Amino acid sequence: MIMLRTQGLSKDFRLHLQGGITIPVLRDVELTVRAGECVALAGPSGAGKSTLMRCLYGNYGVGGGAIWLRHQGAMFDIAAADARTMREVRGQTLGYVSQFLRVIPRIAALDIVAEPMRGDRADARARAAALLTRLNMPQRLHGLPPATFSGGEQQRVNLARGFAAQYPVLLLDEPTASLDAANAEVVIGLIEEAKAAGAAIIGIFHDAPVRDRVADRLFEVQPIYEAV
Amino acid sequence: MSPLLQAQGLHLRFGAVRALDDVAIEIWPGEVVAIVGESGSGKSSLLRVLAGQARADAGQVLYRDAAGAEHSILDASDAALRRLMRADWGFVHQNARDALRMEVSAGGNVGERLMAAGQRHYGDIRAQAARWLERVEMDPARIDETPRNFSGGMQQRLQIARTLVTNPRLVFMDEPTGGLDVSVQARLLDLIRGLVADLDLAVLLVTHDIAAARLLAHRIVVMRAGRVVEHGLTDRVLDDPQHPYTQLLVSSVLAA
Amino acid sequence: MIAGYNFGYLDEATKRMIRRALPKAVAIPGHQIPFGAREMPLPYGWGTGGIQVTASILGPDDVLKVIDQGADDTTNAVSIRRFFHRVAGVATTERTAEATIIQTRHRIPETPLRAGQILVYQVPMPEPLFKLEPRVAETTRLHALADYGLMQVKLYEDIAAQGEVATSYNHPVMVNHRYLMSPSPIPAFDNPKMHRNAGLQLFGAGREKRIYAVPPWTDVRSLDFEDHPFRPVRAPHACALCGSEESYLDEVITDDAGGRMHVCSDTHYCGGRQ
Repeated sequence: MIMLRTQGLSKDFRLHLQGGITIPVLRDVELTVRAGECVALAGPSGAGKSTLMRCLYGNYGVGGGAIWLRHQGAMFDIAAADARTMREVRGQTLGYVSQFLRVIPRIAALDIVAEPMRGDRADARARAAALLTRLNMPQRLHGLPPATFSGGEQQRVNLARGFAAQYPVLLLDEPTASLDAANAEVVIGLIEEAKAAGAAIIGIFHDAPVRDRVADRLFEVQPIYEAV
Repeated sequence: MSPLLQAQGLHLRFGAVRALDDVAIEIWPGEVVAIVGESGSGKSSLLRVLAGQARADAGQVLYRDAAGAEHSILDASDAALRRLMRADWGFVHQNARDALRMEVSAGGNVGERLMAAGQRHYGDIRAQAARWLERVEMDPARIDETPRNFSGGMQQRLQIARTLVTNPRLVFMDEPTGGLDVSVQARLLDLIRGLVADLDLAVLLVTHDIAAARLLAHRIVVMRAGRVVEHGLTDRVLDDPQHPYTQLLVSSVLAA
Repeated sequence: MIAGYNFGYLDEATKRMIRRALPKAVAIPGHQIPFGAREMPLPYGWGTGGIQVTASILGPDDVLKVIDQGADDTTNAVSIRRFFHRVAGVATTERTAEATIIQTRHRIPETPLRAGQILVYQVPMPEPLFKLEPRVAETTRLHALADYGLMQVKLYEDIAAQGEVATSYNHPVMVNHRYLMSPSPIPAFDNPKMHRNAGLQLFGAGREKRIYAVPPWTDVRSLDFEDHPFRPVRAPHACALCGSEESYLDEVITDDAGGRMHVCSDTHYCGGRQ
């Protein structure tokens, strides 16, 4: 079952403050991801892997083409969705683990992880605690706001948040970049479980051994060199 | 579901100045929408028109109440607007002194809206006021002190308690952290963010503080010279701004 | 009646103007009606509003009683009574039951009014909200919208500061479930007498140029809280002269050695019991 498909997706950045120059980043991207599949975005640095990821999440607008996403049982072009619909899509269908946690002041790690989960709050917190523990976050950190956490700890909070809500489509941007081998192993396990549960996963994995273990196939993002 | 507040074709001129030039906006239940722009962009005029505090030259503002009835705000009588302001809406002013009764105790300030709504049990009113003081991180032991004894940040928190105590459906906020010290601002923003999420409030927030908008708002509306130049998801407008003015606005903010 | 004055001192045009205001006031119980108050031959604060109302409703057959703080024999009461006797030639009395019109400052007689009697109050400040909201335009709006949370805030503040509502006189009332009204500064003890009173109650404020009214049998409720109900306060004594344990008492200092006694403020009531 196809969960996500892009058609002719393109993205330019037009920099009005730099004399209005246009930087093309993506051209005619045709990506298809099925349920239970993990696709790794590949390509040289600067090819636009992160930009594609942000376009898929709606963080960047697209210049042209469509992003079909299976949302509430039907394929739906989120490239054309309004802001409110996009919030609903993010709440129910589409998860994104960025490289860096955007810290919200004074909110405990546990609550950050539990926040996107729907349903009973006690269950959500219990599941959040279990995930943090599995990611080797000691209990004493669960109740603290992550502002003072190390980079690796923050990333684990971010990962727990992303996996907690069990999104049908999950975007992972360098999920193991700041993790040691043991924690990377936990993340690999989480990805495999999510795939087994039917999630479609799109990831950028700098770490080739991790990528080789979780990715079912690679999707090459081609750099564009000519300025338009 | 339908929007709480929906405005179209709003025009407002002050002499030669176009404060609002064909502005449309809507806000849905549970949504926090930030209106950003610099001084004179029309954002405060827009807030005042939407809240019925100023009349537009042309256009329409519709508010849908809890029973589903629509109210045309630009044609509403003073009495109807006051009923809305008392029951359905809240307004948080930049200057707490514009909203608080400076001679009345903190408890009386918070309790006033409850009493205006018809509550007549002193003990209940006082208990609710005390709970709200705690909720805005004020010491409930200070319930009988007047706002004159309070710092600017505390006065603002008191104003927020006074506004939210009756569970309004829609809250208008006009630069709620303006004029406060930076450290006080951060704590206040944080408090507002928590309350808005807990109460599932719809908020229309006017601010020139992009960081505040990023922390609080689901959606952003960027205004310039009376026009909406860009709007959309907060993270998209701020991370991938399209309009030259939005790019300038975002690039002018120092990353913290 | 002395020559050179119109009956009842006021000219007929002024009486007509006040008589037009009075039915409006009766028709909208508790609502303040503006009127063009005239200069009267006594200073503001001595009952210029009450006198104008009395002068406008007084007829040759009326019997007038005037009390000040319940007493018939104080300077203000005596002066006003004598004034109307001279300018209208009407009969005067100290007996509550005999009077058709009773002009009063700060009291309601102990003897209940009967249908047909009119009680005219002298009012220094008709606006119950004026201490809380100094802008007249704003108080007018608050009345129009029945937005009286502010008055309740005042009572809240009293209880918060003193454990009880501190207004022992001029305690605000809701008239006919609609308008907030100042009962003129009568003691809170008298507030319950306004409720469904058989007599017509008229209020005149000369300096502030307002007239308002409570028609017979109208609901008049003193503002309060469910858990701090309104209580009419009375000094816990019996009258030293007549022994009444029901009437409103004044405390009288009898010497400079701390001697004091409590006596009825309503002198006619007290005299009738002795």
